[in-house]
Amino acid sequence: MKQHLLSVRDLKVYFRGRDTVARAVDGVSFDIRKGETVCLVGESGCGKTVSALTILDLIPKPPGEVMAGRVLFKGTDLLGLTEPEMRKIRGKQIAMVFQEPLTSLNPVFTIGDQIREAILVHEPVSPDELNRRCIRLLRDVGIPSPEERLKDYPHQLSGGQRQRVMIAMALACGPDLVIADEPTTALDVTVQAQILNLMQSIQESSEMSVLYITHDLGVVANIADRVYVMYAGIIVEQGTTEEIFSSPGHPYTKGLLASLPSRSRRGEQLHSIPGTVPNPAYKPSGCPFHPRCPTAVDACKVRFPEMIDHGAGHLSRCPVVKQ
Amino acid sequence: MLSFIARSIIQKTITLFFVSVVSFLIIHLAPGEPSQVDPLNPKFTPEMLERFRQEFHLNEPLYAQYIHFYKDLFTGRIVSWKDNRSVLAKIWERFLNSLPLFVVGTLLTWTLSFPVGIRSAIYRGGLYDRSVTFLAYLLISIPGFFFAYILIILVVTTLHVPVIGMETFGLDTSSWGCMLMDRVWHLLIPSILGATGGIAVLSRYVRSQMLEVEGQDYVRTAKAKGLPPDVVHYKHALRNALLPFVTMFGLILPGLIGGSVIIESIFSWPGMGRMAYEAILARDYPIILTVNFISAVLVLAGTFVSDLLYLVVDPRIRL
Repeated sequence: MKQHLLSVRDLKVYFRGRDTVARAVDGVSFDIRKGETVCLVGESGCGKTVSALTILDLIPKPPGEVMAGRVLFKGTDLLGLTEPEMRKIRGKQIAMVFQEPLTSLNPVFTIGDQIREAILVHEPVSPDELNRRCIRLLRDVGIPSPEERLKDYPHQLSGGQRQRVMIAMALACGPDLVIADEPTTALDVTVQAQILNLMQSIQESSEMSVLYITHDLGVVANIADRVYVMYAGIIVEQGTTEEIFSSPGHPYTKGLLASLPSRSRRGEQLHSIPGTVPNPAYKPSGCPFHPRCPTAVDACKVRFPEMIDHGAGHLSRCPVVKQ
Repeated sequence: MLSFIARSIIQKTITLFFVSVVSFLIIHLAPGEPSQVDPLNPKFTPEMLERFRQEFHLNEPLYAQYIHFYKDLFTGRIVSWKDNRSVLAKIWERFLNSLPLFVVGTLLTWTLSFPVGIRSAIYRGGLYDRSVTFLAYLLISIPGFFFAYILIILVVTTLHVPVIGMETFGLDTSSWGCMLMDRVWHLLIPSILGATGGIAVLSRYVRSQMLEVEGQDYVRTAKAKGLPPDVVHYKHALRNALLPFVTMFGLILPGLIGGSVIIESIFSWPGMGRMAYEAILARDYPIILTVNFISAVLVLAGTFVSDLLYLVVDPRIRL
C-alpha cells in the first residue's frame, strides 16, 4: 500500500451567521495516496467544496471557522501553519483548479501574465526559461500555438481553453496534489471529456495525486480510483470505485446511482431522491439522511450512524442496509 | 478607432445642439426678465427700458434671440447685460480664481479616498473600517455650511490665521514668503472643506467596489497560487476595482466650471459658482447661458475622455 500524501481527519468547518451556525463540514475524514485519483461526490451544498478549500486555507474567515480536525500533508498539519508557510504550499505543492473557468481567470491580465506569476512566486527563473516553461505548459494542456495565446486575455479564449489554462497554471510548479473542484461542470459535454482525458494523461505521466470534486457519477466512474460520498457535511460511504458502483452500502449512494440515466432503463421515468439536502444550519437529528431515506427506521431519527466496515476499505454509514 | 472618434464627435455635437435649445428655452420660460429685475429703480425710465430691450433683441421672437445669442457666443462678442463687459473675459477671470480651489480639492479627494476605501475593504469589519465608516457618515450628514463655520472657528481661534477671501487685504508691503503663506492659508480651508464631502462619498464607493471584487473567483485563484496578500489585493483585486472610477474621472471635468456656491459664499471667494449664482438673480442671461453651455461641453468632453480611458484600462473593450 502506498503511503498517504494527504490525510484529512475529523475536519469540522462551521460558518457563523447572525444567529445560526451552519455546520458545512461536520467531521470529515479522507485519505489520498501518492499518484491516486480520489473523488469526493455529493449534491450541491453538501460541503465538498468547503472541505477542499479548507485544505488550502481558502475559506473566507470570518464567517468560516475551522472548529476541529487535522489536515496532514506529508506528515505536517496544514491547519497549524502560519500564513507565510501556507503560501509556500499553495500552488507549489498543492494546486487548485476551480469550477468556473470564466470567472476564475483575472479578466484584466493576459494568460501569460497569470501563468508567469504562478511560477515566479515560487521559483526564481530567468525570463527566457520562464517563457519556455509557459509555452511548454500550454502545449502540454493542448492549447494550439501557445506563443500567441500567452498574449491573449481570458475573454479571447473559449471556456474549454480557459479551463486548460487553469490546469496549466495549476501544473506550473509541478504540485504533488491537484484539487479539482468540479472543473468540467461549466463546460460542454464534449469539452468535458477532453478535459477529463487531459487530466488523466497528465496524471499518468507524473506521480501526481488528484482530489476530484464532482456531483457527476459519470465522471467518477471514468476517472476515480477511490470514492468518498458526502452528504450534509459528513462522509456516508467510501470505497473503491468498483465497490461503490457494484455494491453500494448506503441508501444515499444507491439513490444517486439510480438517478443516473441508463440505456437499460430506456423509457422509464428517471429515479430521483425526494427532498433536498438539508440546510447546514438546521440539520435533522440522528442520521441526516433519514427524512429522504426509503429504508429509514425509527432508530435513524435518534441515533447518529457509525461507519460500518464491509472489508477491503469499503465503509458505509448505514446500520439498516445489510449486505 | 478613428470611426469611433468621428462617430462620438458627431453624436456629441447633436447632443450639444439640443442642450443649447433646451437650456435657452428653460431660461426664457422662467418668470421675470432682465428689464424687470429692478422696476423701482428711478433711473430705469420706460424709455431706457425700451432701449434696453432693443439693444438686447428682447422684442424679437425667441428663435431670433437664440440665433443672436449663439452668434455672439461663437464670435466672442457676447457681453453681460449688467455691466456690458465681455462674458468670456468675466468667466475667464473667475475661472482662474476657482481653479486653485478646484485643483487642490480634487487632488485631496482622489488621493485620500482610495487608500482609505481600500484599507477599509481589506480589513472589513475591523476597528479601522468601523471608525472610518462612522466618520464618513458623519461627514456626509453634516451640512457643509455648518461644518465650514466650525472649521473657521477652530482654525482662526487656535492657529490665528486669516481664512476669509483669497488673500489678506493690504499685505502687498510684506515679504514674498509671507504673502505665499497667506495665499496657502486662504486656499487650504475652503479646499479641505470642499474635499471632505467628496472623500466621504468616494471612499465609501471605493470600499464597496473593492469588497465586491475581493469576492470574485479570480481573487481566490490568485490566493490559491500562493501569491502574497499585497499582490492579491493591490494587483489582482485593485486593478479590477478601479475600472468604474475611470468613468468617474472623466466626470470631474465639469467641476472645473461649476465651482461651489456655498463654499465660495462663506469664504467670500470670488469664484465661478458665485458669479453664476449672482447672474441668475440678476437675470443676466448671457452669463447664465454661457456658463451652462461651457459646462455642457465639458460634460460631453468628460464622457468622451472616459470612453477613451476605458479602452486603455479594460482589455475586454475593443473597437
